[in-house]
Amino acid sequence: MTAAAPLISLTQVSKLFGKPGAAPDYVAVDRLDLGVDQGQMLALLGKTGCGKSTIFNMIAGLTEPTSGAVTVDGRNPFLEFDWFRGKIAIVFQNDRLLPWRTAVGNVELGLEMLDIAAEQRLMTATRWLHTLGLRGHEHDYPHALSGGMRQRVSIARAFATDANILLCDEPFSALDEMTGRTLRAEFVRLVKENGKTAVFITHSINEALEIGDRIVVLKRPANIAIDQPLTAATTDAEKEAIRHQVQSVLVA
Amino acid sequence: MTVSSDGQSDAAGWSAAVGRRALSYVLPFAVVAGCWQIASLFFPPFLFPSLIDVFKRCFGILLSWSQFSDVLATVGRILAGLAGAFIVGAGFAVMMARSRAANEFLSPILTLFQGIPALSWVVFAIIWFHGIEPRIFFIMVMTTLPAFTFQVLSALQGMSRDLTEMVMSFRPTRAKLFRTMIIPAILPDILTAWKVNLGNASRVVVVAELVGATGGVGYELLQQQQVFDMAGALAWTLQLVFFVLIAQAVLTFIENVAFRYRAVSERTL
Repeated sequence: MTAAAPLISLTQVSKLFGKPGAAPDYVAVDRLDLGVDQGQMLALLGKTGCGKSTIFNMIAGLTEPTSGAVTVDGRNPFLEFDWFRGKIAIVFQNDRLLPWRTAVGNVELGLEMLDIAAEQRLMTATRWLHTLGLRGHEHDYPHALSGGMRQRVSIARAFATDANILLCDEPFSALDEMTGRTLRAEFVRLVKENGKTAVFITHSINEALEIGDRIVVLKRPANIAIDQPLTAATTDAEKEAIRHQVQSVLVA
Repeated sequence: MTVSSDGQSDAAGWSAAVGRRALSYVLPFAVVAGCWQIASLFFPPFLFPSLIDVFKRCFGILLSWSQFSDVLATVGRILAGLAGAFIVGAGFAVMMARSRAANEFLSPILTLFQGIPALSWVVFAIIWFHGIEPRIFFIMVMTTLPAFTFQVLSALQGMSRDLTEMVMSFRPTRAKLFRTMIIPAILPDILTAWKVNLGNASRVVVVAELVGATGGVGYELLQQQQVFDMAGALAWTLQLVFFVLIAQAVLTFIENVAFRYRAVSERTL
């Protein structure tokens, strides 16, 4: 009996950057192998410049690998860009709300790309804003919302499309500790409740331990230093041991 | 009682502020008009006509269809020229933003066009085209095209990369990318470009009509010049000024409606 193929798969993936026309001189990702299973919540950890965002952009189909293969659901997210419409959603580090749209207008954005009828769009967007505690702020413009509220809107925008895969690039790093913790808990609950697969980039070991059911630590240029599953059975002592192991890799 | 007297003093303060503001707008025009009117007492009418005569002529133009149609013709030429230049310029700007080769090819040509005086375009148009309208349309497009192109290009290049990437992450079709991201992002610069080019176009159209037309404000100005009718020249000029002011007010209104999402800081520049 063979195991099911991973939903997201990177096979011997490298990404090199250089000036146009000149030889590439910066290796961002070097022959990386990584698989993410359906329903998994992968916390991707690493120091700045280790290639996390490059991996993220390749999975999202925003960047093409220099060599190797990236597949999502068996398809190439870069070459079959349009096929993934409504199937991958991204929560960015900063909220990236369109300033000319209200909160509900911003949440509707992804639904507009899916050609969903206006009435249905409004209903879905409003429901997600309410789920994320933004009742009464539907028609506020981004400038009138706090940082935490804006990030809630961007999470609502990602969930509203009902995409199976969520890619999150340090979405809570710009928020204060309390707001970040609250939103993190809500985010994990929503991911689990809705059966999503998530890749979550973070700098914080605590955040990775809190949300991930698997931790991957990258060393520059992106190569896996630690790949550790976390389950409900993982004890606090084991988590502490993982923390030390991760710290030693990040400090090295 | 205290509240009432405070309310009255607030109202009085507000009225005084409005009054001061209105005065600051009106005063410069009143001074110029006053000086002109005084000059009209000492100089012959063909040099400094009375402003009363000028305004009578203005109303005369507005009330006479044969004369007002000349104003409308000029307005139509300005708007058609601007629309043509904007459509072509926006097309060029999109090509230049998408392709480095297009940018490297078109940019020097448009810079060259920018250096050609409006009067030269008038001469070229008279030589190249037979009809009056094609001539004026050509002149208007050629004189405002570089500015429109560079302004739209600058707006496209200045779009937030983060926001574009966010919208792209939803995998929009090209039409939806334009509708949801590009047009709202560049609209402020487009309106500014229209405001700037409107002023330029109103100056160029007069030159074009002066030399190459048999109707319109420029042509009428030429008629006034030939009979040394300063009141008429001023009255026709004011028609164009009124049009520019009305058009600017319309653009400002669109700005106020379209950009109501913008945060207003209590401390502004």
